[in-house]
Amino acid sequence: MELQTLTYFVVGLSFALYIGIAFWSRASSTSEFYVAGKGIHPIANGMATAADWMSAASFISMAGLIAFLGYEGGMYLMGWTGGYVLLATLLAPYLRKFGKYTVPEFIGDRYYSQLARVVAVVCLIFISFTYVAGQMRGVGIVFSRFLEVSVDNGLFIGMGIVFIYAVLGGMKGITYTQVAQYCVLIFAYTVPAIFIALQTTGFALPQIALGAEVIDGSGTLLAKLDRSLLDLGFGAYTAPFNDKSMIDVFAITLALMVGTAGLPHVIVRFFTVPKVRDARLSAGWALVFIAILYTTAPAVGALARTNMIHTVNGVEQKGTAYKEIPDWFKTWENAGLIAWYDHNDDGHVQYAAGSAFEGKPQFDGDKRGKHGERLVKNPSEGKPVENVAFANEIYVDRDIMVLANPEIAGLPNWVIALIAAGGIAAALSTAAGLLLVISVSVSHDLLKSTFTPQISEKNELLAGRIAAAFAIGIAGYLGLHPPAFVAQVVAFAFGLAASSLFPVILLGIFSKRMNKWGAICGMLTGLVFTSGYIIYFKGVFIAPTVANIPENWLFGISPEGIGSVGMVLNFVVAYIVSYLTPAPPQEVQALVEDIRVPKSF
Amino acid sequence: MENKNAYWRANLRVIAICLFVWFLVSFVFAILLVEPLNNFSLGGYKLGFWFAQQGSIYVFVVLIFFYSWQMNRIDQQFGVYEE
Repeated sequence: MELQTLTYFVVGLSFALYIGIAFWSRASSTSEFYVAGKGIHPIANGMATAADWMSAASFISMAGLIAFLGYEGGMYLMGWTGGYVLLATLLAPYLRKFGKYTVPEFIGDRYYSQLARVVAVVCLIFISFTYVAGQMRGVGIVFSRFLEVSVDNGLFIGMGIVFIYAVLGGMKGITYTQVAQYCVLIFAYTVPAIFIALQTTGFALPQIALGAEVIDGSGTLLAKLDRSLLDLGFGAYTAPFNDKSMIDVFAITLALMVGTAGLPHVIVRFFTVPKVRDARLSAGWALVFIAILYTTAPAVGALARTNMIHTVNGVEQKGTAYKEIPDWFKTWENAGLIAWYDHNDDGHVQYAAGSAFEGKPQFDGDKRGKHGERLVKNPSEGKPVENVAFANEIYVDRDIMVLANPEIAGLPNWVIALIAAGGIAAALSTAAGLLLVISVSVSHDLLKSTFTPQISEKNELLAGRIAAAFAIGIAGYLGLHPPAFVAQVVAFAFGLAASSLFPVILLGIFSKRMNKWGAICGMLTGLVFTSGYIIYFKGVFIAPTVANIPENWLFGISPEGIGSVGMVLNFVVAYIVSYLTPAPPQEVQALVEDIRVPKSF
Repeated sequence: MENKNAYWRANLRVIAICLFVWFLVSFVFAILLVEPLNNFSLGGYKLGFWFAQQGSIYVFVVLIFFYSWQMNRIDQQFGVYEE
């Protein structure tokens, strides 16, 4: 079957599956809509959490990031998995014992303050929307590349699908759909990885292949990659701190870990299991399912980089004539994600250190050069790096690494079709989870508990569905018209979760003395410091104030890692303020004692 | 009351063990000591690099199951295990 038809078939089949599940698991009460009636098996919840957690960024972008960062890619791998240890030991079991529906609800009750609850809702909505915009965009990109519909139409289709199962099924529908989506995405991710691992090293497990010898016996994969990168003027792949300093890697890893544990759409997944011990166990299963992808990604990254160097520079390492370059190169060039400028005018494509263009390539409409390549308006001077025979002539967008990998390795069409379905599953499952926490916050935290407490359960459920529909509309709008700050999303969402929500929840469980003044001051300090720092360097709504370079950073910590400093400030301020103000009332201290044990003595 | 405090102390002890190992493999082995550890190898991996991109993740998984197992034991010991 032709690739196009095959892709339509596979993606269509996966959609039919999701919608079928949505009809089968419709929600009929607020408890089912909010927390799936607290009846999800811990292993199923682990799978759903993994799908919820692994977004378009994990599926599409992460291996590409690792491929170009080398060792430093480890900060994403550790940062996005280590948070589950914090979640399992410090948050999930106690919040499950608390037994209500939302994160702001816990903060509001524990700190006996509507103000604290509303601040938490604002953080939650901001974090979730910035995040969801990226997912919708991801759906659009996969559609446009594989199904040849425009990015915008792809996005509308994605919105429609999420609408059906999020609005109908609430948490219950989303959970079971996510279980299916996890299966689709993990299959789609690992199958090509296994193929490529086998081709290159003869070992099927990517985790083993990454540390193995290449098939012709000329050395280990990583040692060979190190050598060819050094020859091309890059730093070695496995050598630490080529691109980032030690303190920055440390801070970013910590911010991502703590941010992961503080993300509301992840925390709320642990409200859906029947028992406290299920919440602990479920975190372990979630991490098992996540680890399957996260330990495969570094192999995909290293193999993709190796294959790319090999294909572009050829066996003799002198470059490949543009006329003989494989089709995938041209396909992605047409999509604007690869660009070539023939700096030494030899008609050959060459890849080395240094940038071939001033910033990102700007294509000159659809004009073609003498070899048939797309013309670009902003080539760099094209000077080779010291000791390298040629200058870098290409730009490769790191987001294409996973999507192009099967084509680069020449894998069969059905594997490529699978990648499309997997990318869409990753984006949809995360988007649905985020949309749900937004709608629940609106219907439960704002309407039911703050503005219209007399609302009936039926109307609350209806309000939740309407809020979900609205949230999908806004998310779609953000995907269609991405505001300039979408690129800064990662830093922002994780920084805010790390510096505002995580410390307050943690102190609410582990410190009986912590009172509402401490919590509110701490939350605001973390929020203002972290967002101020990010805006100062990266500019959100306003232009950046100073250059975003290491010399200007506080302690050499980049905006991506500053959430960890914000978290420390939050803890310090909360402690000082709480000891200067009265202790929390007796019933709150009793609540803390109560959530610390699975059942009463 | 006595029981409550003892239960909480037992929980904190398990958490402390888990977080100590968590910090050790990720921040110490994979970041602070990555350069010296890279002088050793594990198969075709440099050891520090392996901790950063593989090993720490495996340890995290084991830690959560260890925590879960230990807490079930403690729950039973204090009679707060949910049937």
